[in-house]
Amino acid sequence: MTKKTKLTDITNLFKDFDIEALEGVTIEGDIELNITGGGGLNPALAYALGQEISHISLHMANIGRILGYPVDQLFSQALGMGTAGALSPVGEMAATKARVQELLAAKFEVASATNWNNPIQEVTLGATSSNGGSRKNTITLGGENALPYYFDAEMPHRNYVTMDVFDMPIGMAKAVKSNYDDVMNDPAEWAKKVVKKFNADMVTIHLISTDPLIKDTSARDAAKVVEDVLQAVDVPIVIGGSGNPQKDPEVLEKAAEAAAGERVLLASASLNLDYERIAKAAINNGHVVLSWTQLEINAQKELNRKLMKQCNVPRDSIIMDPTTAALGYGLDYAYSNMERIRLAGLMGDDELTFPMSSGTTNAWGAREAWMVSSPQTQDSEWGPREYRGPIWEIITGLALSLAGNDMFMMMHPASVQVLKEITQTLYGSIESKTVDITNWIGAEV
Amino acid sequence: MKINSPLEAYKYLPGTNCGKCGEQTCMAFAARLIDRSKKLTDCTPMLEEKFSKKLRELHVLLAPEVREVVVGVGEKAVKIGGDDVLYRHRLTFFNPTAFAYDVWDTMPENELTERVRKIQDFKKFYVGDFLKLDMVAVRCISNDPKKFADAVKKVIETTDMPLILCSFDPEVLRAGLDVAKDKNPLLYAANKDNWQQVADIAIEYDVPVTLFSPDDLDTLKSLAMTFASMGTEKLVLDPGTFPAGKDLKKTFTNFLKIRRAGVEGDKDIAYPIMAVPLTAWMVHDDAVSASYWETVIASIFTIKYGDVMIMHSIEPYALLPQLHIRDTIYTDPRKPVSVQPAMYKIGNPDRDSPVLVTTNFALTYYTVESDLASSKIDCYLWAIDTDGIGVEAAVAGGQLTAAKIKKGIEDSGFNLKNDTTHNTIVLPGLAARLQGDVEDETGSRVMIGPADSGRLPGWMEKNWPPKAE
Ligand code: B12
Ligand code: SF4
Repeated sequence: MTKKTKLTDITNLFKDFDIEALEGVTIEGDIELNITGGGGLNPALAYALGQEISHISLHMANIGRILGYPVDQLFSQALGMGTAGALSPVGEMAATKARVQELLAAKFEVASATNWNNPIQEVTLGATSSNGGSRKNTITLGGENALPYYFDAEMPHRNYVTMDVFDMPIGMAKAVKSNYDDVMNDPAEWAKKVVKKFNADMVTIHLISTDPLIKDTSARDAAKVVEDVLQAVDVPIVIGGSGNPQKDPEVLEKAAEAAAGERVLLASASLNLDYERIAKAAINNGHVVLSWTQLEINAQKELNRKLMKQCNVPRDSIIMDPTTAALGYGLDYAYSNMERIRLAGLMGDDELTFPMSSGTTNAWGAREAWMVSSPQTQDSEWGPREYRGPIWEIITGLALSLAGNDMFMMMHPASVQVLKEITQTLYGSIESKTVDITNWIGAEV
Repeated sequence: MKINSPLEAYKYLPGTNCGKCGEQTCMAFAARLIDRSKKLTDCTPMLEEKFSKKLRELHVLLAPEVREVVVGVGEKAVKIGGDDVLYRHRLTFFNPTAFAYDVWDTMPENELTERVRKIQDFKKFYVGDFLKLDMVAVRCISNDPKKFADAVKKVIETTDMPLILCSFDPEVLRAGLDVAKDKNPLLYAANKDNWQQVADIAIEYDVPVTLFSPDDLDTLKSLAMTFASMGTEKLVLDPGTFPAGKDLKKTFTNFLKIRRAGVEGDKDIAYPIMAVPLTAWMVHDDAVSASYWETVIASIFTIKYGDVMIMHSIEPYALLPQLHIRDTIYTDPRKPVSVQPAMYKIGNPDRDSPVLVTTNFALTYYTVESDLASSKIDCYLWAIDTDGIGVEAAVAGGQLTAAKIKKGIEDSGFNLKNDTTHNTIVLPGLAARLQGDVEDETGSRVMIGPADSGRLPGWMEKNWPPKAE
């Protein structure tokens, strides 16, 4: 097995910084290491920082490897090292069929589900030129007749990932931020990067600067940003407000006008704001509404019903976000909430037969995803956070994909890569060489 | 379970409402049998001779659809299987997936013991308790029974965690069992080639055994039926864990099929299921990718019906999500998520100690409490009654207010002016906007703590005791 370096030493070092409050070195929210002020670093500190940076680059390189980048090649070119050896092949088992006749004969049989008779609504996002938009492709969600990946019925569409883009620089975990440093001030470039480099299926532009408590950007200026993003990329997009219930309806209305005909997803209508105005903006400009409730199946039914009956939103223009709580921070509720919603839909509850979307990025709120080390002195080492963060986002998303979630809003490129691969594997579209596991016990790993 | 209403179970009970089971009435007890929160043997009158027939009948009716299998002995023994439903919200999933991590018999002795210790000692605090790993799987790579037995012996000397003995060679398994016969280990595995000898050993030593039939459910079922007919139902089924591509999808389908058939009443296949995410290491050659994929596969089969699994990576970034996804899926959805609203003393607080406020949401309370306790901060901590809602949501939703905080403190009979020297309350960083209101309401000084209680130790060092005004 590859020898692994530990962050223990660096972690301890960080602790010391914090306690001694070294002039010129501050640690903000365990997320940022800022080196400011004049004067040269003393040699010991320079060494320590050098070590930290090297370790982080090593972790980044490993993440790069998950993303499929030929890191080892790069390193061996740069440092003149060889690449690591491959696995030794697995031995074959000698198969003797002699005794099989003595086993009791049996045929395994299981029935298909009988009460999943109500298909999930299909909803299409994005519009191409033939439909009055300018997207290169559209994306269709929903249409399921069974739980995801189940053998009872073919799943008509794979899962899709939309990556987050913000209209201003925001605080985020270091492991995430390092991917966006160069585009943080330019939403259009940011959008291009997630599509071109990180293989995002869609882009979500979050207009958070419109929040009166942040920058109070006008709805008109926010709409400009939407236009820029639509120019920059040709995938379908999601438009998110700031979450401010007073301002969002106006912001989403202007944004919807700016994106008229593109069939974007407007995020979100919720019970605590003027959802009717958002619904109208969607209907008038040919968009889809994201119906967002907080982990409560009855609230979800109520909002969907209001959107359909009171606001006349067509069934093919609603997607639900029943709320994502992170792994370890309420995922048990989020998982069962989604599973119940999907099962109810399949079994005939027409108020719940809509595709679902998850704010998987929420996983980065978990301290396990971003904190340098455990605040619990009795805990075992948590190891390098550069690896903890992406897998936290992956497992949060993966769990919800199994509960029926169709679309994922995500942030870290490695998480996106792995989640797409695993969901498409379960969907059945990933080919791979068959691995002979008959004698896995003897495998050298 | 063959019955699903308390009324059906009630018919078999003595009907005297004697209360010995801890319930007021037999009907109440019947309800607890149906939701599996009490055991039949808790009704001691039923154990009397005259009820023995009814006892046996009811026992059969109440047995979970999927058999329960115990591995190991003593405190660390694990019980696997025992499920009755396909979706956790329908009841709850019983017996959390047992996580085993491998060692192999070609390891140098000191590396082996060190690895076993790491597996045994790994722990992560969560909601009032530690999440831990369960088992050690010993893999025979040497093909040498003696070497394998030595490795098993070393493991037993190092830990009392339950074992899985892994080899397809019956002689190797026998050698391992000779050493571990008192430990009730799980044998891995009988397949279509060695099943007869392995069955002999499993029955002779009376230990549970895994049946391995990669992607062939007919053979898996016939193995299970054959073993049952030979006299053992301590069986675990391994339909093979293929680590990638369409084969992994097939594996997923196999797990679904086995469990659905079992829960729907096909007794011949209603056994716990094993997954081997370790096979991820057969396709990924760098440790991080392999650990990631192993964790991804482990998570899929923790959610979908794996009852025991064998893994290889013991990196924390693999173990932490594995432990948390298991906790997520096996948390009883019926259990309350709040703690009693009250004043709690952490350590030995005195008049100079800080007074902290949090909510009575269990996740919030235990996180804060353990952050404080593990850093040995003596203080008073108020779990304010927010209907079991966390800090940020409770502030947003109006369950955490200045009035609630005042009431919470007063209800516990505590007087900030008399019982402390500082008359100061520390609020969570995420409740900062309540500062002015709480000052007005309580007449105390209010300080704003960090947004995450994990930072309280550092915060205390800088800010406590509060400077005089
Ligand atoms: C789960 C969740 C819910 C669940 C709550 C379940 C529950 N039992 O609490 C439900 C679905 C009910 C819910 C509802 C709502 N929610 Co909510 N919810 C969340 C979510 C996803 C996680 C919150 C959580 O559990 N965190 C973990 C716990 C442990 O954190 P905590 O309690 O804050 O404790 C930490 C710190 O506060 C600190 N700490 C705690 N005590 C103390 C004490 C001291 C002295 C110190 C120093 C520190 C400290 O340390 C702790 C550990 O880190 C967050 C989003 C997110 N990812 O964070 C949104 C979030 C909190 N919700 C939000 C909102 C708006 C709501 C609603 C008002 C939505 C609505 N319109 O209906 C409702 C309110 C409902 C109500 N109050 O009745 C917003 C809050 C925005 C804001 N800042 O005001 C958030 C941030 C989501 C968002 N971005 O919009 N929510
Ligand atoms: S102990 Fe048995 S007989 Fe007595 S009340 Fe309980 S269930 Fe009824």
